[in-house]
Amino acid sequence: MPRPATLLRLAALGLLLAFLLVPQRFAPLFAPLAAGGAPPIYDQGNLWMLALSHLATVLAACLGSIVIAVALGILVTRAGGQEFLPLSRAVVSFGQTFPPVAVLALAVPLVGFGEKPTLIALFLYGLLPIFENTVVGLRTCPATVLDAASGMGMSARQKLVSVELPLAMPLILEGIRLSLVINIGTATLGSTVAAKGLGEVIIAGLLSNNTAFVLQGGLATGLMAVLLYDAVAALERRLCRNARID
Amino acid sequence: MSTPGFSLPRPASAQQSAALPRVDRLGALLTLLGAAGLFLLPFVTFKANRILPGDPRGLAQVLPVWATCGCWATLAAVAAVVLFAVNAPLRLAAALAGIVVTGTALAAAANALTPAHNLIVRVAAGAGFWLLLAALGLLAADAITRMRPGPGTRVLLLAAFLGAVGLTLAQGTFDNVSVMREYAVNAAAFAVAARQHILLSLGSLGAAVIVSLPLGIFCHRVPRLQPGVLSALNIIQTIPSIALFGILMAPLGALAAHVPLAAAVGIRGIGAAPAALALFLYSLLPIVANTVAGLKRVSPATVEAALGMGMTRRQTLMSVELVLALPVVLTGIRIVLVQNIGLVTVAALIGGGGFGTFVFGGIGQAATDLVLLGAIPTVVLAFSAAVLLDALVERLDRVPQ
Repeated sequence: MPRPATLLRLAALGLLLAFLLVPQRFAPLFAPLAAGGAPPIYDQGNLWMLALSHLATVLAACLGSIVIAVALGILVTRAGGQEFLPLSRAVVSFGQTFPPVAVLALAVPLVGFGEKPTLIALFLYGLLPIFENTVVGLRTCPATVLDAASGMGMSARQKLVSVELPLAMPLILEGIRLSLVINIGTATLGSTVAAKGLGEVIIAGLLSNNTAFVLQGGLATGLMAVLLYDAVAALERRLCRNARID
Repeated sequence: MSTPGFSLPRPASAQQSAALPRVDRLGALLTLLGAAGLFLLPFVTFKANRILPGDPRGLAQVLPVWATCGCWATLAAVAAVVLFAVNAPLRLAAALAGIVVTGTALAAAANALTPAHNLIVRVAAGAGFWLLLAALGLLAADAITRMRPGPGTRVLLLAAFLGAVGLTLAQGTFDNVSVMREYAVNAAAFAVAARQHILLSLGSLGAAVIVSLPLGIFCHRVPRLQPGVLSALNIIQTIPSIALFGILMAPLGALAAHVPLAAAVGIRGIGAAPAALALFLYSLLPIVANTVAGLKRVSPATVEAALGMGMTRRQTLMSVELVLALPVVLTGIRIVLVQNIGLVTVAALIGGGGFGTFVFGGIGQAATDLVLLGAIPTVVLAFSAAVLLDALVERLDRVPQ
């Protein structure tokens, strides 16, 4: 017998998939919001394809953030990279004060309209939480564990791969989860510079004054963020169970 | 987060090369970055008008020989300091000298390329200028971090920086640079946007503080409520900002149509009202969560001591618990303020005003200068807010210990 929380998650996933695949079935729900004979369901594109490209953009950007942020986090916690630590922290947190809209707008003259400016903005935004958590995770590995690993004759590389990273993994995953959730929402802004995604639905609603569209885009994005958040949290719990040291 | 007593061994290479001066690796990286900006990328771009694509120009093509050589010599001296000196104040001074020279070079290049009384030609800072400025800015940031200034000093440094920039701009040094041209055209709109941007971000923060503090205290007192309240606020955070702005337009529009008083106080379906409400909703979670966390941090023994001294429950809350929780609450407020300043730019999409008006206008007209006119003040505002509140948190956190 599955737990009620699992059932709730499955129901949310089912609802999202049903809405994206057969949106017309939901027309009666949204009809009261579409004033003056406007279409109640977004009709200028396929919602399923938009959701897929939305997710693809976020995941691609996140993959880039993970590779760079984790590599940078490892680098600045090694003996040779410590002098870069204060500066890289300052840079990454300064980057966070940049509004996403500004990053998007400034990337357009460099790379043109479409997915690319969105990828750049999301990539930059995803860095901070992952980097910060990688650094904290690696720096808080208990010194006794590290000593024991050295005592067993592990090389620095072996220690990193089979002791430090597994111990830091729950924190790193939490950083990834944060940046994924933030970016699912931020990616909707990409549609202001013509990226394919669920933001398109919201913008179409704002332009034609159709609240039904705005609500559809917003709810689909929100539901996607909640489900992704839950999925990574489940992964985190699994890994924590394996890497528990008491 | 830092682990006392956990220090990493110095790299072996540092001990071997005692005879030679050790090259600072961070300095080497920044020097490479700056040199790439200076020699490989255009320092300025020249545009016959504001929308045409730019024609790249290097520093040597624009300035007289003596000025170019002076520039290069100063920057070479900065590089020497960065590569070999460890003294942080000296490195900061070098970085500042570099920034002054780079800025002067930009102003001189813009003046040299602009024919007298010509208001159509645009001279914009090029990729090379921005890269060089970034390298110098990183150098200054690193030097300041190494000096570990206290909260008061950091605020003073910020004030000095803002004052110097403001004075330079007021003197008209950069009037021929394209962003300032764009400012000259939009000066009145800029003042309105600045006021609106600050009002929206501070106003929604103020309203959120008034609601969140009691809500946080209540959640702390009645722990059963905590998961419900926090997850409801969490769900609001997952709704993307443009959607929340849009969703709120409908009920506010209906309110304005049916309640004359609401319309009279300026509530409309589009404009500042849905923006302020959305920002308010986003602001709740960080402040409530941090109030709960801050109150949890106060040890029960302290509360008991206060009660034992004859303080009432209310006095204990006001003069013991809240005071001790203040740094954590302020951290939440800092998150909200920086986040709001960024989000207000999005509010321009629904007519909420603020610097976003220029950013979206710039995207629409493919005018980068206009985008920068909106983006630069937003970043400066967010950065200043972050520095100020960080300093305040540190100052308050230090007192009780």
